[in-house]
Amino acid sequence: MSTELSAPPADYTGYVEKEQHHDYGGDTVFGFWIYVLSDVILFATLFAVFAVLGGNYAGTPELKDLVELDYVLKGTALLLFSSFTFGIAILEANKGNIKGLFSWLGATWVLGAGFLAMEINEFIHFTEAGAAAWSSGAWSAFYALTGTHGLHVLAGLIWLIVLVFLIQKEGLTENNKVRLMCLSLFWHFLDIIWVCVFSVVYLMGVL
Amino acid sequence: MASNYTLVTDPHPLYGKLTLDSFPYHDPVLVTTFAAVVIGSIGILGAITYFGKWKYLWKEWFTTVDHKKIGIMYIITSLIMLIRGFSDALLMRSQQAMAVASESGAGYLPPEHYDQIFTAHGVIMIFFVAMPFIVGLMNIIVPLQIGARDVAFPFLNSLSFWLFVVGALLINVSLFVGEFAATGWLAYPPLSGVDYSPWVGVDYWLWSLQISGIGTLLTGVNFVVTILRMRAPGMTLMKMPVFTWTSFCANGLIVVAFPILTVTLTLLTLDRYMGTHFFTSDMGGNQMMYVNLIWAWGHPEVYILILPAFGIFSEITATFSRKRLFGYTSLIWATVVIMLLSFVVWLHHFFTMGAGASVNAFFGIATMVIAIPTGVKLFNWLFTMYKGRVEYTSPMWWTVAFFLTFSIGGMTGVMLAIPAANYVLHNSLFLVAHFHNVIIGGALFGYFAGLTYWFPKATGFKLDETLGKWACGFWTVGFFLAFMPLYVLGFMGMTRRLNYYDNPVWNDWLMVAGLGAVIILFGILTQFYQIFASIRDHKKNRDLTGDPWDARTLEWTTSSPPPFYNFAKIPHVRDRDHFHDLKKYGLAHKRPESYERIHMPKNTWAGIVISGFSLVMGFAMVWHIWWMAIAGTLGMLVSWIVYAFERKKDYYVEVAEIEAIEEKRYGKLKKGQELERTGQQPGKDGAADDAVAISI
Repeated sequence: MSTELSAPPADYTGYVEKEQHHDYGGDTVFGFWIYVLSDVILFATLFAVFAVLGGNYAGTPELKDLVELDYVLKGTALLLFSSFTFGIAILEANKGNIKGLFSWLGATWVLGAGFLAMEINEFIHFTEAGAAAWSSGAWSAFYALTGTHGLHVLAGLIWLIVLVFLIQKEGLTENNKVRLMCLSLFWHFLDIIWVCVFSVVYLMGVL
Repeated sequence: MASNYTLVTDPHPLYGKLTLDSFPYHDPVLVTTFAAVVIGSIGILGAITYFGKWKYLWKEWFTTVDHKKIGIMYIITSLIMLIRGFSDALLMRSQQAMAVASESGAGYLPPEHYDQIFTAHGVIMIFFVAMPFIVGLMNIIVPLQIGARDVAFPFLNSLSFWLFVVGALLINVSLFVGEFAATGWLAYPPLSGVDYSPWVGVDYWLWSLQISGIGTLLTGVNFVVTILRMRAPGMTLMKMPVFTWTSFCANGLIVVAFPILTVTLTLLTLDRYMGTHFFTSDMGGNQMMYVNLIWAWGHPEVYILILPAFGIFSEITATFSRKRLFGYTSLIWATVVIMLLSFVVWLHHFFTMGAGASVNAFFGIATMVIAIPTGVKLFNWLFTMYKGRVEYTSPMWWTVAFFLTFSIGGMTGVMLAIPAANYVLHNSLFLVAHFHNVIIGGALFGYFAGLTYWFPKATGFKLDETLGKWACGFWTVGFFLAFMPLYVLGFMGMTRRLNYYDNPVWNDWLMVAGLGAVIILFGILTQFYQIFASIRDHKKNRDLTGDPWDARTLEWTTSSPPPFYNFAKIPHVRDRDHFHDLKKYGLAHKRPESYERIHMPKNTWAGIVISGFSLVMGFAMVWHIWWMAIAGTLGMLVSWIVYAFERKKDYYVEVAEIEAIEEKRYGKLKKGQELERTGQQPGKDGAADDAVAISI
């Protein structure tokens, strides 16, 4: 354990003669993965909160009486499909086809915005029916979880607009490709979270 | 909340809850403090203007992305906040020494003031002293130890720092505008809910921690990536210096634990601002969920503080025992095990919740198990010293003081881990003594050791050794006097956070504790004088070789202070004690024949500007000034987007510039080596004076 090394070879200097190119883009994508990991913890905490408070309606209307699964399923389809369109957008970007990239990113944006609009509409409907975020513990937990996801989608939509302008201005530079990669990671991640929300909150709450 | 404040329930559209009453002009203590702060600030700002240093400060410090400078700024902020946190401690100690009814009445601090003081003390010491101190040390040292030129994301690093500063500023603003939380440092609901804390104290707490917490989370991501992807060629994971390893574990904990804090704070914020029912006592809220969540973050947090300190002690013990660290592998694994276990012990902070015997038994045993890897480490250090030629420099003094105090703190920790005993000791002064024992005697002593050890690396000159030993002596004696009585008082049934008590038997012990606090004060004063005197005498203490301690790890291969690019040539590592390896085979300070141009990040305005808007947003949220909160948020968003559109965020340092810097460095080195050979003090021959360029 405390053995020290034998003498180094004659050409060993202790430093690097010729520096390798450092993969900065790789750092960024890896760093974004680490950020996504922390976001997983964030959502895990909100799921735990929902698990604890989800049944505490305290006399307020219950989810299973208000929710229309068909409606939620339509929203879910929009979001899942937006992941698909984002995938095609990335393929276009790999081909270097900026026009194709923009049209598929546009489709992604519309689908994402559609999902968000449907979700906000649902929130308004619930609130009017007496199930607001401030009604009871169960509803607070519901809005915290779904709302945090919705805020993430909103952030993704803003990011998408900014990125399109960036690519328009600078073209598909290395930098912008890395940014596109990170946004794509983010978008697919939100999809996975939504699948969990749909299963745990809606399906388990209703069925 | 003080009774002389007006409670505004209906915020004004223009200035929210702010009224003239929000300013405590009727409190002579606060007015005097405020006047002193204002006069001091005007003095400092005036001096900066007079000497024309604004441009220098902005260009060299405020917008810097250099990890070394950011680290220095972290530590300076931390030391400033230490003054405030320690003033709170003195106030509490003197209050408790006096507040025996039968003898001298109820002391001099009214309850609502006292409650804010113990809350501020805890919050400041953990979030704004300990955290920045260790993040600062990691910033300065980790990139140097792994042979990197900066962290992975230099802009995020600057942003993290300034977000942390905003958190600290908000806390200090609360002293003069409004009030601070009076809830204890973790603000348990329902006390921290809007029913029982209706004014702005808890809101200051929430926003200050939320903003600085996001900064910390970014730091965590940054350092995980830096350590995993930017190590010099040849440095495999098991060849990383121990401080880098422990910092890696701490940052991994940050990434996984801080999102829990973010969520918990957000939910309490929603309870207070929107009337949701996460933690309320009615309508399906659950207060114990808050306590669970906050400690699911809080327990890893204390390991975030202590693990890097363990790394510091490892470096210091090996260096000053003139030996290779004993049992490197076991020490690394012990660190990793502690990191993992830190997530399965949170419930020991509230055994009295009454989760049932089997739950308490699980958490009790899991807690005790942590003593095993921690014990392993202690033996690592002791066996490193065993048969070593131990040199008792001041970093080593801190280290040995740590062995003593931390062992006691660890043992009382195991006592607290026994659920049955915990029901008696919970919330008593025994607990207060325990966690001060591990945080002061463990983490803080480690930071002081690290500060002394790496000070020459960051600034180019050593801290005064004699004064350092005096400081360590005062701190150690003061610590034992201040906290051992609290163990006794805990057994005597005294609970924590008492503003007043009527049991005269406790008073003697509290007098002793108060005396201990005064001795610690001498320790702190000695430290500030030490820094002052060392800057004054920097010529005498100059480190010309870059290796003032004859140390072993990579960071000592470069000059002190290092050039902004750290290494002209990226090191190629074959041994974990890289520098020792080089010195042994006569390869140290080998001058390369030629240089290549170096790729470096440019300074950026974005970190400080985005954070400035977050200060606007945070202050506005505290006072319910909605238009201002929206403006602050938009400001953050827009400045981030503007930054994203900026081009040329990096540049190349040309070979000519590198050659000039290295030429100077080797001149200094030669002088230093000559002085070492002849046993002279540096500075007596009037050597070149650029070593302090970074420090002044």
